[in-house]
Parts: sequence; C-alpha cells; structure tokens
Amino acid sequence: MSDARRTALGLLAAFAVAVAAAPLLPRWALFLVAVALGRGLVALGLLLLIRTGLVSFGQGLFFAVGAYAAGTAGSRLHVGDAVALVLLGAVAAAAVAGVLGLLLARYRTIFFAMLSLAFSMIAYGLLVESPALGSTDGFNVHPATVAGVPFAGRAEAYAPYLLALAVAAAAALALDRFQRTHLGRLAPAVRENELRVEYMGASVRNVVHLNLVIAAALAGAGGAVTALAVGHIDPEMAYWTTSGEFVFVTIVAGTSSVAAPFAGAILLELLRSYAVQHAPNTWQLVMGATMLGIILALPGGLWSIFTRRRGARP
Amino acid sequence: MTRTPRSLAVSIVALSLSLAAPRPAAAQAPPAEARPFRLGVVTFLSGAAAGPFGVPARNAAEVLVEALNAGKGPAPYAARGLGGRPIELVFIDEAGGTTKQVSEFRDLVQRQGVDAVVGYISSGDCLAVAPVAEELKRLTIFFDCGTPRIFEDASYRYVFRTSGHSTMDNAAAALYVTELLPNARKIAGINQNYAWGQDSWSDFSAAMTALRPGVEVTTSQMPKLLAGQYGAEISAIMAGRPDVVHSSFWGGDLDAFVLQAVPRGALRRTTAVLTCGETATHKLAGQIPDGTIIGARGPHGEYAPDNALNRWFRASYQDRFVLTPNYPAYHMAQAILGLKAAYEKAQAGRAAAPSQDEVLASLTGLTFATPSGDIRMALGKGHQAVEGTVYGMAKTVGGKLTFVNVRRYPAERVNPPEGVKSADWIRTLTASPR
Repeated sequence: MSDARRTALGLLAAFAVAVAAAPLLPRWALFLVAVALGRGLVALGLLLLIRTGLVSFGQGLFFAVGAYAAGTAGSRLHVGDAVALVLLGAVAAAAVAGVLGLLLARYRTIFFAMLSLAFSMIAYGLLVESPALGSTDGFNVHPATVAGVPFAGRAEAYAPYLLALAVAAAAALALDRFQRTHLGRLAPAVRENELRVEYMGASVRNVVHLNLVIAAALAGAGGAVTALAVGHIDPEMAYWTTSGEFVFVTIVAGTSSVAAPFAGAILLELLRSYAVQHAPNTWQLVMGATMLGIILALPGGLWSIFTRRRGARP
Repeated sequence: MTRTPRSLAVSIVALSLSLAAPRPAAAQAPPAEARPFRLGVVTFLSGAAAGPFGVPARNAAEVLVEALNAGKGPAPYAARGLGGRPIELVFIDEAGGTTKQVSEFRDLVQRQGVDAVVGYISSGDCLAVAPVAEELKRLTIFFDCGTPRIFEDASYRYVFRTSGHSTMDNAAAALYVTELLPNARKIAGINQNYAWGQDSWSDFSAAMTALRPGVEVTTSQMPKLLAGQYGAEISAIMAGRPDVVHSSFWGGDLDAFVLQAVPRGALRRTTAVLTCGETATHKLAGQIPDGTIIGARGPHGEYAPDNALNRWFRASYQDRFVLTPNYPAYHMAQAILGLKAAYEKAQAGRAAAPSQDEVLASLTGLTFATPSGDIRMALGKGHQAVEGTVYGMAKTVGGKLTFVNVRRYPAERVNPPEGVKSADWIRTLTASPR
C-alpha cells in the first residue's frame, strides 16, 4: 500500500471513529475538540511553511481574518450557513495572504518571522481601533444553519464538532495530496537549496508565495471554525501570543504527519483544561513545565513516538 | 518517513475513550437540598487585572461565603448558606482570552456541574459567555464587567448583572464636573486604547457636550493598555491647558499616570476626573492632589453608605485581609447577596431547594439589600441592575486621604430608562435643576 493511500485511509478511519464517538463524548469534550481542531488547522498551515523552511509568527493575522470575515458576513451580510462562512473565512485569509505575500515571499528566516509578526500586530492595532467591530470586546457570531440544518438544540451541541472534524479531515487529506505533487515537493527543495530550485527552472518566490496562501487559507478556515464554535470573536486572535501558540503546537506535535498538528492541538487543549481546573492559581506553570518536558524528551515532536518505532523502514 | 493508520486510529480511539470516561452520573444525584450549592466564581487570578480587581473580588467571595455558610450574616442574610444549603466555591482564572473563558465556562457547567456561575471582569468575556450561558441554560451573574451592550444588544433568560453598567460612571462624572467646576470649558482625556477606555471617553465627552454646549476638547490621548509611561501624553495634555482631564485608567496604569503627572505640575491647573480612582486611593494617599475628582463605579469603598451590612462586610474583609475592600470586592458582594436573596425568595420558606427556573424568576426585577445600599434589577427586562453612584474630591488631611464635596446621584438620574440605548440617552443628558 502506498504511503499516500495509507495516510488517506488513516485519516478517513480517524474521521469515522471521531464521528461515531460523538454521542459518547461529554458535551464539554465536543467543544474542546472543536476548538482544538480549529487551532490544529492553523498549525497544519504552519507545518507546510516549516517544510518550506519558514516559521511564521504571524499566523494569528490569517486566523483573525478568517474569523472576522465569517463573523461580519454572518452578522452584516446575513450569510447564514456555517459551511459557507468557513469557506468565506478561508478565501478571505487567502486573499489577504495573496497581497501580503508579494512582500513576505521575498524574506526568509528571522526576517520573514518578524515581518509576519509585524503584519499581524498591525491587524491587531486596527481591530482595537475599530469600535464598529467591538474594539477589544469583539462581537458574537451565531450561524443560522449548518449545511442546511438549523443551528439549535442538538445541532448546537454537535454541529461545531462535526463541522470542525469535516474541515480538518478534508484539509489534512488535501494537504497530504498536495505535498506529493510536483509543486508540493518543491517546498522541501526550497528549504534545502533555493539556488538549485532556481536552476531547475522553478520560481522559488512563486513556491513560497503559493505555500503562504495555502497556509493562510488553512488558518482562515481555522479562525472561522473557532469563531463558530466559540460564538465570539475578538482582536486577541491576531495578537502575537496567539501566533506563538500556533508555532508551539506545531513544534510540540512534530511535522512528520498531517495528522500531527490536530493530535497536538487536542492534547494541549486537554492539558490546559485540566491545569486550569485543578490549579487555578498556577495553571500557566503547569503548562510551561509540561511543554518543556515534551521538548526535552521528544525533540522531534509528539508524533515522533509513532515514526520512531517504525523508523527502520524507509 | 512513514504514516501509520493503525496507530493514528488507536490514538484517536484511546483519546475518545479517555474523554468519555469521566461522565457525571446525573441519575444517582441526591435531592438538591442534600448537597452543597456549587457556585463557579471566575475572576482574574493572574495578569494585570488580578491585583486591583480579580484578587479583591475573590477575597470578597471567600469571606462572604464563609460567613454566610456559618450563618453569621446580618439580616436579611442570616440564614445559613443559601436557604440552609451550604455554598461551595469553585474558582477559575479569568486570564487567557475569550476562547479560553467560553471553554472554562462549559467545563464549569458540564464537567464540574456548578449550579450557578458568578464572574467576569472583562466586558469581552461577558459578551462571549452570555450566549453560552443561554445555550447551556445555567444561571450566570456578571458581577463587574462594564459594557452596556450586553443587555442592550440582546436579551437573555439565564444571564444577569448585579452591578450598574459603565454609562453611569461617565454620565455622573460629567454631571459632577458641570456642578462643581462651573468655569470648566476645556476638557481633555487620557484613556487606555481598548473597549473600556474608548467607551468611557466617548460617553464622557458626549455627556459633557450635552450638558455644556460649546465645551472644547483639547485632546484625547489613547495610550495602549499597560503602557506604563505617559510622558508624551502628559505633554500633549499640558499643551492644551485643559480645565479637566478625564481618565478611566485603573490599576498600575492609574498609579503610573498620577505619579508621572503630579511632579510635572500637570494636575496643578487641570483637575483630573478619575472614574475608577477609588482602587488607587489606598496606595496613592499623599500623591493625589487636593480637588482631584474620584469615582468608585457606584457607592462602594469609602463612598459606601453607613449601614449594618456594610459595617459587617468591611469588618469581615479587613479581619482577614487587613486592606479595606475596594469596588470590585463590593461588586462581588452584590452578586453573591443577589443570588442569595433570589434563592431564598424562590424557596419561600420551604425546606426543598427551589428549581433554577424559580430562582431566575425571583431574581428578575428583584430589589435586594447590599453593603452599597439597595440594588434594583431595573433594566434589560429585569436582568440588569441599576445603582446610584457617588463622586467626591480628594483632600489629604494629615497624610490621610479624605473626600469632600461628596455628591450622590440616584440611579434614575445617571442610568437610561428601560428600552433606551445608553449611547442615545447620554446625548440627551440635561443639567440638574438648581
């Protein structure tokens, strides 16, 4: 069985199990997983960037653009369906990245990281200065339907979870496929040696630009999913600490599989939830210590538990 | 690099099972009155708002609930706990943003099974949590957040706020300025650049314009939250030579502003109006110039009335924490006593615990006694409290800060009537008849 088929089957199996498990899960867990998958989508985009050799400290920008696009379309333009709002969030974030990419795609390493961070902080500043969008208080989002089903009662509890699962599975599948295409394989090549890629006749800047747009679309979808699950949006989504958390999820999870960011995000959300509950005064300390432990014990990320065991195979 | 469907599937299944395992067994629950009333309390326990707001509020919740559980409350709160049922507190840190708060709120209700939640200092958290409280159908009382948008933009069945909203602070500040500083024509503002600061300034400047047409705004400075350094802003304010400078600063920012403005003489010919000044007065005695106008977001702290409840509350708080309770502590007392009053009214002398619906019905439109005087749930279809408010001028006497020219404004004077949005109402404010 080819690697691609194996990944696809694995993702579909995980998706099926997660859907089947929905009625067994307590309500708080449904919410926790939905929010974690929203964050996992952003981390999935970061995984693509890291494979291209770039670390963005500004994915919060696209996360916020996706959320605000979904939120304003829901409240001002009366777009009622959650699925449409998620797509809209992804498209809006991709469009923003398309423009910013003209500049961002020229930079690498720390310069790229700082520039991406600067853009996200400009967005944060603009949102804080916009009383019409609720300034720092933000505003509420409440979709009318999810794929045609009214968003109320049982649907209200299950819809964000199922929606997040569907978007996450589709995104992971699509990204895995993309990485196996000719264009997708250029990403690690760019990371290894840009000069050779140019000699081969490919445009490094176009590759970087495309990957930026894809990562932004994923972050935008993640922002919209999070906004719909939480029901509220505020400028904190664009703040640099939010972007930092995404980088952290990606690094802790590992970059060897498209499933890793989601598993990592769920694990971190669970950890935070328990830490807050059992150590209300010292939960940040618990989080920090655990993350430090993970990095020291598993430098390749949590997913390396699975790959290391089978590391002997090619 | 290989990917393994089996280990992926296994990990997902394992995770699902671990999530599914600790489900509360609601079926075997004893009758409500046989177990304690679990009350979730959410305030800032870390971050910048913990010191001036979150921790005093938590402290107030602790001493109050301990005293109430011991049956040591004065009339009308002499019954133990809630109608004989002890209160058990579950504290949650409000730090971390709205997504985390919505998540924690769901945890409180669905995992910890709390009977009610009292909490939230940040207006953003209140706005985010309100629809979730409605979805989960759990009684939720906001105790301190200020934005009027909560009950003006939506209506709720399960959500209440037992303190006045922020419009009152700035409407009363403008009334006080027009009454006590008849010659003030030029105003300036320095407020933190986030929703609280922006709303406070727009309310104050709108109220001043309504009360004294032709008033001139020299500058509105909006430094970022927790900036700490205000040299440039103070210069900009001094350049305009305003009669009044309005500020809704709180916590460390307020301390820093006063400590930086006073040595430069910025507050010599300009009178500062500090709408949240009360939280700083304990520390800044001797620094605040005489004549500075100080507010406490209601009749709290030094402005609280001299009644039995207030004497009891202050004494219990000081016994434990030495400091006197500040306004967030008073707001917390209002929320817990409001819950107790509603619960016991709904119980109506029975031994059995009232249902949540009965408590909701009795809290709606309720009037109850607090250390700050009577609170009426008069706005937002009976879900939003109105309270009077107080402003006074600082005067240092023998190293101790006292208040002179204290004016009390009744609730109806400084709050919009039911059904009118604050932003519209404040533009129609008229001066008090002489």
